[in-house]
Order: sequence, then structure tokens, then C-alpha cells
Amino acid sequence: MEKVTQITSRTVVLPVENVDTDQIIPARFLKATSKVGLGSKLFADWRFAADGAPKADFVLNQPAAAGAAVLVAGDNFGCGSSREHAPWALYDYGFRAIISTSIADIFRNNSLKNGLIPIVVDAATHAKLLAAPGAEVKVSVADQTLTLADGTTAKFPIDPFARYCLLNGVDELEFLVSQEAAIAAFEAKR
Amino acid sequence: MKPASAKPRTMFEKIWDAHLVRAASPDTPAILYVDLHLVHEVTSPQAFTWLREKNLKVRRPERTVATMDHSTPTTPRGRDGRIPVLDNAAATQIAALEKNCADFGIELHALGTQGQGIVHVIGPELGVTQPGSIIVCGDSHTSTHGAFGALAFGIGTSEVSHVLATQSLLQNPSKTLAVTVEGKLRPGVTAKDLVLAVIARLGIGGGTGHVIEYRGSAIRALSMEERMTVCNMSIEAGARAGMIAPDETTFAYLKGRPRAPQGAAWDAAVAAWRELPSDEGAVFDREEKLDANTLEPMITYGTNPGMGIPISSAVPEPVNPTAAKALAYMGLQAKEPLLGHKVDVVFIGSCTNSRLSDLRAAAGVMKGRKVADGVRVLVVPGSQKIKAEAEAEGLDRVFRDAGAEWREAGCSMCIAMTGDQLSPGQYAVSTSNRNFEGRQGAGGRTFLASPLTAAAAAVTGKITDARELT
Repeated sequence: MEKVTQITSRTVVLPVENVDTDQIIPARFLKATSKVGLGSKLFADWRFAADGAPKADFVLNQPAAAGAAVLVAGDNFGCGSSREHAPWALYDYGFRAIISTSIADIFRNNSLKNGLIPIVVDAATHAKLLAAPGAEVKVSVADQTLTLADGTTAKFPIDPFARYCLLNGVDELEFLVSQEAAIAAFEAKR
Repeated sequence: MKPASAKPRTMFEKIWDAHLVRAASPDTPAILYVDLHLVHEVTSPQAFTWLREKNLKVRRPERTVATMDHSTPTTPRGRDGRIPVLDNAAATQIAALEKNCADFGIELHALGTQGQGIVHVIGPELGVTQPGSIIVCGDSHTSTHGAFGALAFGIGTSEVSHVLATQSLLQNPSKTLAVTVEGKLRPGVTAKDLVLAVIARLGIGGGTGHVIEYRGSAIRALSMEERMTVCNMSIEAGARAGMIAPDETTFAYLKGRPRAPQGAAWDAAVAAWRELPSDEGAVFDREEKLDANTLEPMITYGTNPGMGIPISSAVPEPVNPTAAKALAYMGLQAKEPLLGHKVDVVFIGSCTNSRLSDLRAAAGVMKGRKVADGVRVLVVPGSQKIKAEAEAEGLDRVFRDAGAEWREAGCSMCIAMTGDQLSPGQYAVSTSNRNFEGRQGAGGRTFLASPLTAAAAAVTGKITDARELT
């Protein structure tokens, strides 16, 4: 996995609660056998009309969204299906962090394994972010700190091991494989 | 044996403790051993590719069971028994699973074989789903298996590769939420209605960070298939998993199944399983209570499974812009009654409600009646085994005589990956588990409900309380 230490970017604001992973990446795009290229299908049914034309009023289609790597969304982001295609699509599109007041468990775990940082903030910080689309924010994985455009900061929780893997580019699969002795010992004593 | 003075533990804690390969440290989460890894074609291809790239084997093929369900066609087989041609992408994915299972030595219940079906239907059927197990699958409805007193949860494709390679997972413990349902479900009120009421109470993020244990007399009274319906939808309240303690109902279901323990091993297993229920005095992080006597048939009106109401209620006023957006998508107005709303399609199927008892319930309503004009009805059994059992009882004839389509086993219109889907704007009453925007087809509008409610809608062409049918 690539190292992730910090992200500096403008935000895109999607002020919708309970954004589920079917919206993030509809099921018809899950027939892929690789994880590359899903960004073109991100939020497909919100972004594009049936004929493929971009919907002008969707936030990602607006010029101000271009190049933004941080998505600020409503409460309970990423609920629903466990499809890891959801963080793959967000990452492939260009996002590197999601900020919300709550993030669904499976989506949060999947995101951390793909260098997409899930950031949970309190209602007051969230309100500031929702009110300032396009503002620049800074995310420090090492300090677990989000810095807003006005200089205020918010600390966010992150699993210590996931943080270690992000900062050091450690692959969790390789870590687990290295635990062979403990796994074998467990199997032997059953 | 635990000393009498040890702290009382919940069932979740007992199973967690028994599966610790390595306890958590300040820097690392716990490592848990996985008893059973269920695999299907949609979330596994990349995981196998990563194993190949790293030159890793599957550590425990004998603890891995695969099937094909999400992208497999349910079109009835012709007389020649030939499976219809899949679209290229689905065909590629299915071929990938076949090759991966062959190369890595994994048991596969492939399309066209008698053991094929929805992954969360075939596990219990085979008897591989057992109390006290940790069961995972790249699918959020893995929570279904918690009905057996297992700790069963969905994982992403990266974690699928972890389990394939090491039979283990890094995990942080969840909090526990006891949902106690006392009393008795009234006639016509089903397990599906019960769980929709639970999700309406908790909200779709209400269970985040928690594992639910369902307790109480109404839960004890449920059959295994009903318990599976309840545990299946735990994820829709945001919970990691949903569990019901094993009891005589559980043991009776499992006894004699092909992969259940036999003989002396069976007796030993049951003795161990009897120790699993939460101890007297065990503390849950949170508690919720429902009274089964007050429950009604439920139906969802919005675009998440938490937006459910009793079927005789009117659409509530939206409380925020997201709720207003849901009503706009569904083409519904606040204060509008749902009873009598036109229905275009009825889908009876999915890992929530496609088992034999669900099909019997639907057939009971549809027997001697006809599908209403202009309504398309799909009945999709959860597995080829269930299909055969249903046919032996003549349920297929009931559905076909009524004018419904009797299909092959698979996920079908729950996830709409196979051509079984709604057209934009169509309304469906569906026994599946998700009513998100476009879930059953872009622009499709889903009302989630029980098999009884779905069957009633099939024969009247409108949202109907099945108890009112004469």
C-alpha cells in the first residue's frame, strides 16, 4: 500500500444523509474483475442521466468540484452493502478523504485499506464545513488532525494499526501472513 | 469450565474470546480465527488475484465454501436444461470464480448444479453454519448466519484476501445492543415485519458500532427460517452483526444436515453449544425493547430500510431535506395512505425471504387467485434445493397457475445484476432487504415487505393488507 501522511485540498460538499454504497457505485458496475477504472462510474445515477449526459445540478459536475480530494457528506456515509468497490470508485475518481458526522462500519474499514481516510467530526465542525464548500482543508494522518480554512482544528479518531499501516505503507495482508506461528498455534490447540 | 466468580459474558464476548489467535495490543487489533468463509463471484475475483500475485495459497480450503448467486440468471431453464447466455462481464466473473476454486481447491456449488443458490441460503442448508462459529463473507447480509448463534459479518474484498490467505482477520470489538422482543406476533404479522419495526425504531445508523443480540419470548418462538430473516436485516440498522442464541429449535434444524457433526461428535457439539447463550447478568452496552403484540404488517415508503411504517399508516411528513428527497424519488406525498397504491412488479425472493416457509406463505395467499392485470410477479427460490422442495409440494404450480413467473435460484431482483430489474418509475413490492434509490434498477421504486404482503399485492395490483383478503 502507498504511504499516506497528509492531504491538503479543497472540499466538495454533498449535503445528503445516509449516502449508501449503491449510490456510490451501482451494482451493475460490480461485474469488474479488477479495481481500476471505477471512478468513471462514481455516483453514476446521480451524476449522469439515462442517456449519459452529465446532470448539471449534481455537485461533482460543477466546475468548482474539479480537483477536490476531500468529500464532505451528510451523516451515516457509506451505509448499506459491503462492496469495497465504493472506496475504490471514490479513490479512483480522486478523493482521498471523506468527512461526516458518522461513517458506516464496513465502509470505514474498507476505506482505510485503500488509502481513503474516513474522518468523523462533531456537529459544529460539520456545520462549518457544510457552509463552506470549496474551502481548503488539511488532513494530518500522523496527528489525526483536520485543519479548517479558518485555522481551527478538529481531532479525529483512527484505529492505531490502520494509522500505522497508512503512515508506513504497510500491507495488512502481509502483516497477517507474518502471524503464521500464532495462527498455527491456535489451530493446534483447538 | 469457567470459574463461577468470572464476569458474566454476552454470547458475543464468548465467541470473540474463543477465537482469539492473538489478543489486541495497544498497537494492533485482535486477530480472530474464521471458522467458515463463504465466497461468491462478485466480491472475490480481486482477492484471488492478489493471492496469485503474492504467490500465496488458500490456507484452509476445507473451511471455504463458494457459490454463484449475484450475477447468475434466474431465467427458467428450457427443456434442454441449458443455462441462458450471460452478459460478457458476468460470464467473465463466473469463469474467474470457477478457475479460482479449481486452482485453489475450494468447494464450489456452481451454476447448473443442485447445490447452487444464494450464499446465505445454502450455508445453513448444508449445515456448515453452526452455533459458536465465526462466519464471514464478502457480503453484508452475512449477518443472516447469526440466527444460529454464530458471529457472522460482512467483509470487503481486501479482507476476503486476508481470510483466504490466513483464515484470520484483524478486528476491533463491537459494542453490544440487546433488542428484546417479548409477547407474541399476531396472525399475519411475520418475522419480516418484526425486523422492519426494529430498523424503524433504531434508524439505519442506529446500530453502527454494535452487534445486536435478539432476545425475548417472541424471538424464541421464531423458526430458524424466521430467525434468519431477522438477523439478515441487522446490517440495515447499521449493526455489524445480529445474533440469536442457539436452543432446541436450532439443534433440531441442524441435526442430520450433511455437514453437521454426527454421532458422538454431535452430542459433544450440542453440549458446547448449550454454553453459548449470554450469561445471567451479562451487561450489554445498550438495550432496546419492543412488544410483539403491538406489531403490524410493515412496509417501507422511502429510500432506506429504516423508512418503514405499519401498512395502514400514512406517509409521514419529511423531517429534513434528505427525507423530502426520498419522497420525491418515490413519487409520494406526505399524509398519503399507502394502502391502495398501485404496484407494477412483485418480487418474492432474496436472502431475506426465499426459503421454503416464505414460499409457502406466499403460495397460501396466491392459491386459487390470479395475478392482477398489468402486474409482473417473479418468485425466485433461494436455492436449487428449495426449488426442488417447493416443486415437490406443488408450490410452483400455485405460482404459475396464478400467472407468476417461477424462476431459478439466485439473488435476482434484490440486486438487479442479471436483467431481473425494474424499469425507471416502476413500483415494486419486494421481499428483499434494500429500497435504496435504483437498487432494483435505475429509477425503480421499492416498497419492502413480507411475503404475505407481497403476495397480496400480486393478486390485487395494489398495496394490500393480506389479512383483509377474503
